[in-house]
Amino acid sequence: MKLLTLNFLTCARKACKPLPTSFPLHPADATLATTETAFSPAFLRNILPRLDWPALKGLCDELGLPGVGDEAPGPEALFEDGELPESDEDIVGEIEAGKRPTKLAHDLHQLLVETVMLEGKLVCASCGHEYAVKEGIANFLLPSHLV
Amino acid sequence: MATPIERGSQYEEQHVHAVYEEIASHFSSTRYKPWPLVESFLTSLPAGAVGLDLGCGNGKYLTVNRDVFIVGSDRSPNLVRFAVRHEPHAAVVADVLDLPHPRRRFDFAISVAVVHHLSTPERRIEAIRAILDVLTLASGGAEGGRALIYVWALEQKGSRRGWDEGHEQDIMVPWITKGPKSSGQEEKTYQRYYHLYRKGELEEDVVKAGGKVLSSGYERDNWWAIATPEGLETVI
Repeated sequence: MKLLTLNFLTCARKACKPLPTSFPLHPADATLATTETAFSPAFLRNILPRLDWPALKGLCDELGLPGVGDEAPGPEALFEDGELPESDEDIVGEIEAGKRPTKLAHDLHQLLVETVMLEGKLVCASCGHEYAVKEGIANFLLPSHLV
Repeated sequence: MATPIERGSQYEEQHVHAVYEEIASHFSSTRYKPWPLVESFLTSLPAGAVGLDLGCGNGKYLTVNRDVFIVGSDRSPNLVRFAVRHEPHAAVVADVLDLPHPRRRFDFAISVAVVHHLSTPERRIEAIRAILDVLTLASGGAEGGRALIYVWALEQKGSRRGWDEGHEQDIMVPWITKGPKSSGQEEKTYQRYYHLYRKGELEEDVVKAGGKVLSSGYERDNWWAIATPEGLETVI
């Protein structure tokens, strides 16, 4: 499961939903991996305004990953003037002529799309329930006494 | 005298969830062609829209639009194993009645062939309410999020099943698996529970769930509705 997904996940219990502490979930005993994925700065530009930035920042801190800034970057921070380097020629999606992706764009791609949680737990800070992540798939089915 | 059937979550566990988990591989191999209306709903979304595919199965709708971000979910772990393969999207194992998503965060949702597997009227309405709950509310000039919901129709006398108006709506539908002829595998039949929707019933359920029907219709033996939550974002 890519880290981007975690920005859109909360505790599945109805009692927790209204409580602000049910989002985001907190990783525990996490095994992370990197999966090479096609680089799409256009996708990042699209998704950036929809991210909950404090949740992403908190996640990086908890996982001990190189931090992101306090403020969400604007979409313009993903591109700069210049020729597209050879290493970026196979990017997915359209990019304006005369522009190339910035280092920040590459860093965010690596963080949000290529860094995946393979194993571990996602913990709700409100009720303490732990959701298992196995083989990269998070399971939110609740035991019957919690439904 | 026959014991009355007690429908609810345990009934669905036995007659829906367990069956999909068993037939996942065969089911997935037969599900690759997106239905035209779902496809056009997904391709009409603006780039950067964020949404959910609730009951995503093998993720066949996660291949339609790469300019949006979709988190799919399904009750069957075996089907989710197929669904997670479709970049740039995601998929998790979850129940539509206990969704692991923040409320009022998403621009769109699709739920294709899911609500009809819930076995009581209350649970079907609760599922639609859960779908509407994750969508953004209308705010200022901006419209609220939209959900496309698809359910199997009772009125399908042209289909090989031949059901029509006046028939029983709560039924068991067989799924037959068989391996390749050379494998010598025997045929096996599984029974899945369905509630067949009659004309107008889906729209009624959307309203009971606190939603507004924006458009609705009939396509290929199914009723569909595009719905949005009633209400406005309160700006404090």
